Amino acid sequence: MRDDLTIWSVIVALGIITYLIRFSFIGFMSGRETPPWALRLLRFVPVSVLPALVAPAIVWPQATGGEMDPARLLAALATLAAGAWSRSAPLAFLAGLGALAIFLNIF
Amino acid sequence: MPTNHSAQLFRRGLRDGAPFNLASIPFSLLFGVVAVEAGFDLAQVMGMSFIVIAGASSLTAIQLLGDNAPAAMAVLAGAAVNLRMAMYSASLAPHISAGPLSWRMGAAYFLVDHVYAMALADYETHQRTMREKFAYFFGLALVVCPFWYVFCYLGAVLGSAIPEEWPLDFAGAIMFTALAAPMIRGRPAVIAAAVAVGAALLSSGLPYSLHLVVGALAGMSAGAWAEIRGERRHA
Repeated sequence: MRDDLTIWSVIVALGIITYLIRFSFIGFMSGRETPPWALRLLRFVPVSVLPALVAPAIVWPQATGGEMDPARLLAALATLAAGAWSRSAPLAFLAGLGALAIFLNIF
Repeated sequence: MPTNHSAQLFRRGLRDGAPFNLASIPFSLLFGVVAVEAGFDLAQVMGMSFIVIAGASSLTAIQLLGDNAPAAMAVLAGAAVNLRMAMYSASLAPHISAGPLSWRMGAAYFLVDHVYAMALADYETHQRTMREKFAYFFGLALVVCPFWYVFCYLGAVLGSAIPEEWPLDFAGAIMFTALAAPMIRGRPAVIAAAVAVGAALLSSGLPYSLHLVVGALAGMSAGAWAEIRGERRHA
């Protein structure tokens, strides 16, 4: 259990740093041209960052103590397939939740 | 009539963002529950939910506070988890950084994962005026973020009443997969995603979510490389 002042300091400090991270490029790049090589790299931000973020959580889920779990793995693959096929993130998400519910019942 | 288009896009943002509230719900409930368990009072849970407005990062900081780590370490680890948002900011910048400062300051506050992914996907596939781009962005934000606050509150208040067998943990993983999948089109993007996953898994033992940085940089480089090779072949 931590004292109130410590908790509030962490909240405010993390909030300020997070805001500055979010503001960084949209805040300070105004009017400047982005060089073509940077644009090329930036195009691959979403398809690299999001998969890198979730890959370990999918393969070694926290809920199973890091044990590979067929239900969760298959649900993630179903989400990927639904997204690739429908080209719609909301649809893929709903399909993935449905698949998770089904696979958790099977396994 | 540009204003009508903006109003239309704002409403479309509200509609497109709505399904992702199903992802925010378990994530924010989890955050509320864990924060209370770590010794946060209700004001602190809500303060964190409003001021930081980032689930994975808040959970990381709370985890460390609960483990009696130094406060500075909790802040640094939470911030490290949010470094991906600098890349979000950089990839949105070519689309919106010519907009008014006050709009950009507002957008920065609401720059959460699903708002970012949906907004960027729209900007890359449509010609929009600056006003339309921000209208869509704030439409997404205003349907996504209030849910976040409300369910953080409910998580903190309901706490132990939530059944343990609900797979709250995995809704976040499904959400990120769903956001990425539609954007993985074309050979370079497939290569980028595959390399990012491989590198992230190999480096997953690193502290402070550094696997994210390693995976992201490897994926971006591989994608750019594959694209250059493809262009040379066709040239």
